[in-house]
Amino acid sequence: MIRTSRQWCAFGTLAVLAVLLSGTRAASDTRRPAAAAAAEVKIDNFSFSPAELTVTAGTTVKWTNRDDIPHTIVSEDKTTFKSKALDTDESFSFTFAKPGTYSYFCSVHPKMTAKIVVQ
Amino acid sequence: MNRKTKDELRVDHNHDGIDRRGFLKCMAWAGTGTLCVIEGGILRSYALSDMRSVAEAPSAGELYFAQISDSHMGFNKPANTDVVSTLKAAVDKINALPRRPEFLLHTGDISHLAKPEEFDTVDEILKSAAAKDVFFVPGEHDVIGDDGKQYLDRYGKGAKGAGWYSFDKKGVHFVGLVNVMNLKAGGLGSLGPEQLAWLEKDVQALATSTPIVLFAHIPLWSVYPEWGWGTEDSAQALALVKRFASVTVLNGHIHQTMQKVEGSVTFHTAASTAFPQPEPGKADSPGPMKVPSEQLRQLLGITDVNFVRGQHALAIVDSKLG
Repeated sequence: MIRTSRQWCAFGTLAVLAVLLSGTRAASDTRRPAAAAAAEVKIDNFSFSPAELTVTAGTTVKWTNRDDIPHTIVSEDKTTFKSKALDTDESFSFTFAKPGTYSYFCSVHPKMTAKIVVQ
Repeated sequence: MNRKTKDELRVDHNHDGIDRRGFLKCMAWAGTGTLCVIEGGILRSYALSDMRSVAEAPSAGELYFAQISDSHMGFNKPANTDVVSTLKAAVDKINALPRRPEFLLHTGDISHLAKPEEFDTVDEILKSAAAKDVFFVPGEHDVIGDDGKQYLDRYGKGAKGAGWYSFDKKGVHFVGLVNVMNLKAGGLGSLGPEQLAWLEKDVQALATSTPIVLFAHIPLWSVYPEWGWGTEDSAQALALVKRFASVTVLNGHIHQTMQKVEGSVTFHTAASTAFPQPEPGKADSPGPMKVPSEQLRQLLGITDVNFVRGQHALAIVDSKLG
């Protein structure tokens, strides 16, 4: 609990510093592509979103099924990556080591298509 | 007008068994001695001159069987949290049919996730059906994860390739086709060249008068390609049976009844016993459609089929579960 004005002052300074530092971090972040933690694809309503996701080589992409029907994530060539059937709330991850464009689809509902662009 | 064949519902737009055009046509004939009857939810017309009691089932048929589809055993989301109950209700409905069906066809998506216990449960429930023989074809849910190996082990004895086969009953030739394997990105259902080559040989020696029934999971006609409701190479299969006087195509997959007649070919899709899906284009996606619980069973159902020798079209009747 902050009781004295001195403590308020200290708190205020820390708060300002925290904001400035986080602002700085964000600024430097925009000079680089998004970090690996943000590489997620949501599956819902028989679609992958985003339909096209761009990541840097070495990123791990995580798909999560929010639909009420199971889906799979299978690369177009059916060998590069292939998940098991994901029921609702289950996830699948794959690390993209090499640059390239990876088209994929749901092997159960093949009209569902999307791609990962690795730079 | 003296009509020998029964008029069948073309498109059941509102799922109320009434095709407007058919209804109006039917009413126009009433003056010439035609009786229009809604039987099992389907509009049928009988010439009064060859009327039997409409209270009877068309029981003079020589072959009578039933179809169920899309039991999705293992599904437990809001659209239907108890697919066991609704499958049991479907079996009760089969057992309450006016005649005992000789066998059942299950047009796939037996299971929801191709898990052993899901297949086991369906097998167990179907043991209570009056018809002891069940002929299956797989849905895409039945071949998830193992390229259909489990499906083949359980239901594929004597079948070829991914599980296609044929059999004869009272002079009617039945062909079970598999169109859920090796699906390509962006594609529809697929039969594949190996299966088509087999089909060509399979029907080659049959007389043109032999009634043919093709059954497969995904519709063998273009219902709604945007949702994957069609089969890429079905035209090739249909060309192979074009010469036959009577062809009936029975499918599932879309979880609603739909019918189309094209010359001597009658296409029909069955309702699911698990959950309904929206009509083509009426929702963002073809997923399970939630309805008020008291309406659910009205959108689930079974189909029974009667073959009367001498009549070209098999009489197909849909029954709701509730």
